[in-house]
Amino acid sequence: MTSAENQELTVRDKTALNQSAEQTRDGAVFTPDVDIFETEREITLLADLPGVKAENLGINLRDDVLTIAGETEDLRKEGQVGIIAEYESGKYYRQFTLSESIDQAKIDAKLNDGVLRLTLPKVAKAAPRRITVKTG
Amino acid sequence: MVYRKLFGVPAWRIRSPFEELERMRNRMDRLIDGFSRGSFETSSAGVYPLINLTEDKENYYVYAELPGVKPEALDIEATANNISISGERKIPPEDEGAKYHRKEREAGHFSRIIQMPGDINPETVDASLTNGILSVKVPKAATEKPKKIVIQGE
Repeated sequence: MTSAENQELTVRDKTALNQSAEQTRDGAVFTPDVDIFETEREITLLADLPGVKAENLGINLRDDVLTIAGETEDLRKEGQVGIIAEYESGKYYRQFTLSESIDQAKIDAKLNDGVLRLTLPKVAKAAPRRITVKTG
Repeated sequence: MVYRKLFGVPAWRIRSPFEELERMRNRMDRLIDGFSRGSFETSSAGVYPLINLTEDKENYYVYAELPGVKPEALDIEATANNISISGERKIPPEDEGAKYHRKEREAGHFSRIIQMPGDINPETVDASLTNGILSVKVPKAATEKPKKIVIQGE
C-alpha cells in the first residue's frame, strides 16, 4: 500500500447507469465504485455511497443476485441558488451475481462515512465425519 | 483467471458500440437538462474533490462527496475570499489472504482551493461531514449581503 499512500486523488466521473427498464422516478442513477475481495470464510464488498443514509439503503440477495440500491437526498434547502455544479447526486444501483453459497442469516452490513461494508459469510462446508463401524 | 469467477459481469458493463452511443446520449441529455435548469456552471475544475456551490442571501454553501474520509483526516481553511479543502482518503489494508475480484475505490491525498464569488466572513465558517458528504456553510461578508432599503413616505 506504499504507492497508494502517496498517491494524489484524481477526479473521476461518476458512472451513470444505463437503464434498460423505465424508471418510475426522475433522476440520475449511478453505479457505485466497489472493492470486492474474499477470504476462505467470507466475501467482503465495500461500496462508496456518499449521501446515502442507512434507512435509504436496500441490500437484497435473491437467487445468487446481490442488489445494492441507495437513495440520496437533496441537501439544498429552500432559497439556495446554484452557482457551480461539478457533480450530480442521485440514486445508486448495482447488481452482482454470486456463484458461491452465502449463509444468508449471517450477512452483516455496516454503513460508515458513506462507505458500505458488506460481509457475506460462505456456507460452512460440512466437515467430513468419520463413521466408525462397530463390530457385533 | 486463476481464481474462480464469483461475480458475473453485470449486463451494463458489456461494451458494445451501441452501448457507448447510448451512454453518450445520456450524458448529453443530462448536460442539456442541467443548462435548462438554471445558470449552472457545469464545467469542472478537474481537481478532487468535485464540489457544488450554492448561495442564499446570507451564505455560500460548498458541498463535496468524500466517502470514507474521517473528519480528523480533513482540513478546511478559510481566508477573505476562498476556502481550501485538503485531506486524505485512507483505505486500510485488509487481511493478507484476501483475494480481490474488484478494486475500484482509490485512496490518496487531495487538496483544493475554491474561490468564493464574493467576500466572506472566515471567522464563522461552519463545516460538517455526514454520510460521506462535506457541507461547508460560508457566511458572506456584511458588504456582500443585500441591504434592504427602506423607502420613506411623507
